Amino acid sequence: MTHRHRIIALTAAAVVVPAVLAGCGSSSGSSSGKVSVVGFSVLKTANTPVIADFQKTSAGKGVTFSQSYGASGDQSRAVIGGLPTDEVHLSLQPDVDNIVKAGLVDSTWDQTPTKGMLTDSEVVFVVRKGNPLGIRGWDDLTKSGVKLVTPNPASSGGAKWDLLAAWAHGEGTSGGDPQGQAFVTKMLGNAVALPDSASDALASFLAGNGNVLLAYESDAIAARAAGDDIDYVVPDDTLLIQNPVALTKDASTAAKDFLKFQLSTAGQADYARSGFRPVIEGTSVDVPGANDPSNAYPAVPTQYTIDKTFGGWDKANAYFDDSTGAIAKILSGLHVGG
Amino acid sequence: MSSAVLGQDTRAVGRGRPGVRLNLTPGSTLGLGVAMLWFSLLVLIPLAAIVATAGKDGVHGYVEVLENPQTWAAIKLTVGQSALVTLLNVVMGTLIAWVLVRDRFWGRGLLDVLIDIPFAMPTIVTGLVLLGLYGPQSPLGVNVANQRASVTLALAFVTLPFIVRTVQPVLAELDADVEEAAASLGARRLTILRRLVLPSLVPAITAGAALSFARAISEYGSLVLISGNLPYKTQVVSVRVSSFIEGGDQTSAAALATIMLAVALFVIVMLDIIQRRVARRG
Repeated sequence: MTHRHRIIALTAAAVVVPAVLAGCGSSSGSSSGKVSVVGFSVLKTANTPVIADFQKTSAGKGVTFSQSYGASGDQSRAVIGGLPTDEVHLSLQPDVDNIVKAGLVDSTWDQTPTKGMLTDSEVVFVVRKGNPLGIRGWDDLTKSGVKLVTPNPASSGGAKWDLLAAWAHGEGTSGGDPQGQAFVTKMLGNAVALPDSASDALASFLAGNGNVLLAYESDAIAARAAGDDIDYVVPDDTLLIQNPVALTKDASTAAKDFLKFQLSTAGQADYARSGFRPVIEGTSVDVPGANDPSNAYPAVPTQYTIDKTFGGWDKANAYFDDSTGAIAKILSGLHVGG
Repeated sequence: MSSAVLGQDTRAVGRGRPGVRLNLTPGSTLGLGVAMLWFSLLVLIPLAAIVATAGKDGVHGYVEVLENPQTWAAIKLTVGQSALVTLLNVVMGTLIAWVLVRDRFWGRGLLDVLIDIPFAMPTIVTGLVLLGLYGPQSPLGVNVANQRASVTLALAFVTLPFIVRTVQPVLAELDADVEEAAASLGARRLTILRRLVLPSLVPAITAGAALSFARAISEYGSLVLISGNLPYKTQVVSVRVSSFIEGGDQTSAAALATIMLAVALFVIVMLDIIQRRVARRG
């Protein structure tokens, strides 16, 4: 019995001591607060330095964080389903719009200097080391010998960026839907795999699948910084990827301070180092993993955006409607490899 | 502590009323209640919710889902591959169980432990390993990535343990004396296997086959990387379901899930009927 008592005592101590310590911790901080962040997958590593640097500021001192990362659409549905959060930072705007519709985020969330955006990126081509196929632009993707990997937009919201970029290129030359449709159809004819998410597509490509991967510039830079043996090509015309951020209606004061920091030069510099294009002017940092680390984010000569090129997400999303969407139709008519 | 007391109580009451079978004792009433409550919370209520969501659009919802050629191709692929892999498991699983129980060889204990690895491994890890081993950079020179065979391979991997683990204990319990007696009476090895051993293994094999099939039609993680999710070629039902969810179409997702539930139920019932037939004959 004494043995048993000792175990009980130890267990009690194990439970009580940290609780007491935690209590001390939260009461001693000068501006104690809690921020819970719900973000899309890639932010897991990108947010680490941002949070660390925020906690070094006077507003961030003593603020504790709880974080959840996953596929953007899943995260959006989790928040609507009741996952408590102060801030959502997602891959694409429709995922925030759905949270607005559920009444958890104010409809004026995007009326900010950056129009609700926190991080930017570009749709790029990831190629094998040394770019053996000499891929330069979109038209190279329709050549024979190209084995294209791109995540399936049906299961991955983030994959919509990739195919909209291709569509914009097809349309860009002469305008009008038929050209966009013709180009995307031809390009997808070279597809060898349509993985369910952007991260699975990268994993599949790294395992040797295909020779061109449509990806975000941020993912390509992060993979290279992590030592993966790949190159990436930013085409002369491509789509700007814009990741929205929003505070929930009952966000804590600490969360508001955190968002301010994320949008500051210091916060944007941290994101830039992880591969994201800053949403504000005046951030210049060296970016490990970029093609040119000292000039990591050269301006894209012909920059497509969801608002300018497609007239907003409502119209852009219509391309993926299961029964009427032009891109969804191409995908459902796709008999890859017979 | 209280459960132990209740347990004793049950046995005492049970002993006091021998022969009474249909009237439940207080103890077993409680047991049945707890079991049903647990089963309802975990299984029945979520299932009912899926079926209810699917029924929102009535029959129309189902028709719409089935009319989509891409979905229909995914159903055919998933059910076909699951059936193929289950048949494969019936043969290979029984063989492995036989080897593990009847043969003595070096490394048997290790193999016995390793059989469960496909159960234990997170499916996405399985997917990565399979892609590494049987993908474009295969050290074995076998590349099935983005081919139909990749689906077969991934399903065979994750469902391997089911039949092995259901057949193994039954085989171990089989009385070797009966087989020896049959042999001494002149029965040939094949006859003994066919008339004595296999009939007693049939319930275990069908139970394992049902598990194997049910797991296969719902598989996602292990084949999502290696299959490439190509419509009409390697895209399975669970990927279609996740597409519907991503597209905000909960009703279609639930309808497709309900269809797959019906398929699973049908196969499980069929296997049970086969097992009863065989058992009666044996």
